[in-house]
Amino acid sequence: MKLSFELNGKVQQIDCEPADTLAEVLRNTLNLNGTKVSCEVQVCGACTVLVDGAPVSACTYLAYEARDKSVMTIEGLQKADGTLHPLQQAFIDEFAFQCGYCTPGMIMSAKALLDENPKPTRDEIIHYMDGNLCRCTGYVPIVVAIQRAAEVMAKESKK
Amino acid sequence: MSADKKTDFHVVNHSLPRRDGRVKVTGKAQYVADLKLIGMAYAKVLRSPYAHANIISIGKSRAEAYPGVYCVVTGYDLDGINPYYGHAVKDHPLLAIDKVRYAGEAVAAVVAVDERTAFKALELIEVKYEELKAVFTPEEAAAKDAPLLHERKFEAGALRGFEGEVTAGKGTNICQTHKIQWGDVDKAFKEAAAVIEGEYYFPMTYAYAMEPYVAIAEVNDQGVTIYSSAQHPFMVRHDLKSVFDLPVSSVRLIVPFVGGGYGSKSYTKIEPLVAACAWKAKRPVKLQLTVEEAMLTTRSDDAYTWMRTAVDKNGNIIARQAKILMNTGAYAENSPLVVEKSTNRCVGPYAIPNVLIENSSYYTNTVPASSYRGFGCAQVTLPGESQIDELAKKIGKDPYEFRLMNAAKPGEEFFPGMRPFDGTLKEDLDTAAKAIGWGKPLPKGHGRTVAVSGSDAGAYPLTSTAIRVHADGSVTIMTGSTELGQGSHTVLPQIAAEELGVPFDKVRVVSSDTAITPYDRSTGASRTTTLMGSAVLDASRDAIEQMAVMAADVLKVKAEQIEVVRGGVRCGEAQLNWSEVISKFYALPDGEVIGRAYIRKAGRFAKLPVFWEAAATGCEISVDEETGKITMEKLATVGDVGLAINPALAEGQDLGAATMGMGIGLFEELVYEGSQLVNGSILDYRLPRFSDLPKQIELHLVQNRDGVGPYGAKGGGEASLNSMAANIANAVDSAVGVRIREAPLTPEKVWRALKQKKLQGPKV
Repeated sequence: MKLSFELNGKVQQIDCEPADTLAEVLRNTLNLNGTKVSCEVQVCGACTVLVDGAPVSACTYLAYEARDKSVMTIEGLQKADGTLHPLQQAFIDEFAFQCGYCTPGMIMSAKALLDENPKPTRDEIIHYMDGNLCRCTGYVPIVVAIQRAAEVMAKESKK
Repeated sequence: MSADKKTDFHVVNHSLPRRDGRVKVTGKAQYVADLKLIGMAYAKVLRSPYAHANIISIGKSRAEAYPGVYCVVTGYDLDGINPYYGHAVKDHPLLAIDKVRYAGEAVAAVVAVDERTAFKALELIEVKYEELKAVFTPEEAAAKDAPLLHERKFEAGALRGFEGEVTAGKGTNICQTHKIQWGDVDKAFKEAAAVIEGEYYFPMTYAYAMEPYVAIAEVNDQGVTIYSSAQHPFMVRHDLKSVFDLPVSSVRLIVPFVGGGYGSKSYTKIEPLVAACAWKAKRPVKLQLTVEEAMLTTRSDDAYTWMRTAVDKNGNIIARQAKILMNTGAYAENSPLVVEKSTNRCVGPYAIPNVLIENSSYYTNTVPASSYRGFGCAQVTLPGESQIDELAKKIGKDPYEFRLMNAAKPGEEFFPGMRPFDGTLKEDLDTAAKAIGWGKPLPKGHGRTVAVSGSDAGAYPLTSTAIRVHADGSVTIMTGSTELGQGSHTVLPQIAAEELGVPFDKVRVVSSDTAITPYDRSTGASRTTTLMGSAVLDASRDAIEQMAVMAADVLKVKAEQIEVVRGGVRCGEAQLNWSEVISKFYALPDGEVIGRAYIRKAGRFAKLPVFWEAAATGCEISVDEETGKITMEKLATVGDVGLAINPALAEGQDLGAATMGMGIGLFEELVYEGSQLVNGSILDYRLPRFSDLPKQIELHLVQNRDGVGPYGAKGGGEASLNSMAANIANAVDSAVGVRIREAPLTPEKVWRALKQKKLQGPKV
């Protein structure tokens, strides 16, 4: 099956099986391994990518569903000159990860949150991010990192 | 105590950003799940539906004929290798042989061109079983008419430094027994002013490393090479060496980044199976388990504990006695050590003159239990710290004051024969109590508690490392310690940069490749900062000594004339940095100096434990009396870490551990109904989420430089888990007056206890 979609700003044309998930296509066909797979039942959020700006679980989202849409993965977040996205920088600065397995999905969910709500409260962050599991950090530094990134992004947008 | 009194730290004791930060936030960090080898095939595993059954036959011809299948491997295809492994006892066949011992045990593996093909072919394997009577609890396993799980005698595994004798395989279902005893408990209980006695249950739990077990194996004339998500590559190497009867030098374990471990990835898991698949398929094979399969691979030991604790009329704890039954599941794995540790950890961190603890673990037809963060400590700290609060209440003392009175003092040999206590529990408790507002008025339905734990930690001191100082002054640390997320790739360079006086960002780590990195026994029991950290410090100083001699050669002076300064040497007017020393010595801007260090059970590491891992936690909870639901209002952690090489990382470990402990206290539990694990998926196994975050959190470190590690450091990262279930149980009692003696304290349990209390009416 031929499939065409936009991936991190570039059009991709690939061959895939109808049963292939978006995570399988990204990881196996396109060798983009930043998207991690853990629970495979849409509970943990590790595989979160953005499709037309909305967060989806790539582990159960059929690749076919992404046809002619715009997909963004963790690999698409960094600027071409190597500058990190404010969320990526804030995750480093706030120690918002340990093993790092949940981190790509966590950052993509957080991006969807900040795109939708640039100034979230602590409670809004907790509510929005509840579908992303992290077993290492105890979540606090992730909440702080998202708040910090929101501040940085607000300053940048004023410039 | 470390000889180092240095205080003007340049690099250590600073919260420098993680060395693995950029690769982890950009998705570029490589885990085994991300790796592919040329010509690699994929394996999938057929698992037993029965808890205990003889295997009558396995028909695999249809599966083998399926297009895309390379081979099907069963327990009957393993002639030529030794299929039993296990570092305590070799009781575990890499695929079931003759019988299965738990529902979920691996019976056959299909190797195919891709995972989907392998998965489809599994259905074509026909296994005939003859079901046997099964046992699921220690009590059932100990019954006179209980079926025997293991009939054969076991060979001993690689486990050394184990103080007791492994008792498995002696004609009963007992996997391990351990006993500690001093004083005269019978006499003490007779003379006691007050006694608390109770039965407690600590559940089976699942670590949920988000990266499930995964390994890639290649077996050829060069030997066995395995990429694995294992915490302890050198321990796994030992098992593989024995399975394939190879010299150590022919077995190579490579561990890249690991997606969480928490003890669940310690020791050998799927590596012998994937190696057997690669051997049979004659090509590299990858086996990636699903989370559901990981849940059928390892869990924590659940524990049934009867305990009693006594005080004299002055409120001094005079005796503790316990009998513990642990459920180790179908295979021993690391449970013999968990039994030993949980026995020891019934005592600490209190100075108790009369002690008798008897512990035995039983084989049952359930998922094999093994290491889990805290190593048997949480299992016995639930009863231990519950009884401290129960006793305080009974004799009318403040539980915080009661703890202070009885806690082991710095330098006290509270556990006969072991290292004197190297922490400061008074400061730990004071800090935790202050953080949660001890003594201040509480709203109705709220409870506030503090608890402590003290573990004989650090595992066994056998560690080596090499530090390579390059001609440009940059440094490579060769370490067998695995980066699981705990931050070893950041902490170890901090120590090397501190000692060598080179910039932190010029120090790189190469880790966990048994063909390249020197031997390190394990990455567990909070040992890396203390033991590998000490090795890195010693090896850095060894490199400096060598470079001082080289500098003398270069400057044509006597070695005694060379003065070592930060980042180089001085001799009169002449000053050289390390880059200049090396470049001038070799007369080229190339070459290197290799510093090395070997750490063994000698000198400052002669006495076990390597250190006492101590921490205090405090919490405030509220209970909804209508539903029984507990809300965490406040949480405080206090890590007694000696010196934090990287304070932010140390605090992060404490919060992560406390959150896992909170999960066990509130809702985490693997549930068996008959022979089947009924909540063996993340859909059904409830984990802590963002919305479970305590409303207020304070993280503290106590840094008295009282450890044997670098600059007085000790390990951390487990202790904050250990006391959390007890803390929650105590806080519920304090909030609503019901005593619950089993974790997790689910809303249903709390609600039933409240209902029961109402029915009974106020106590007269």
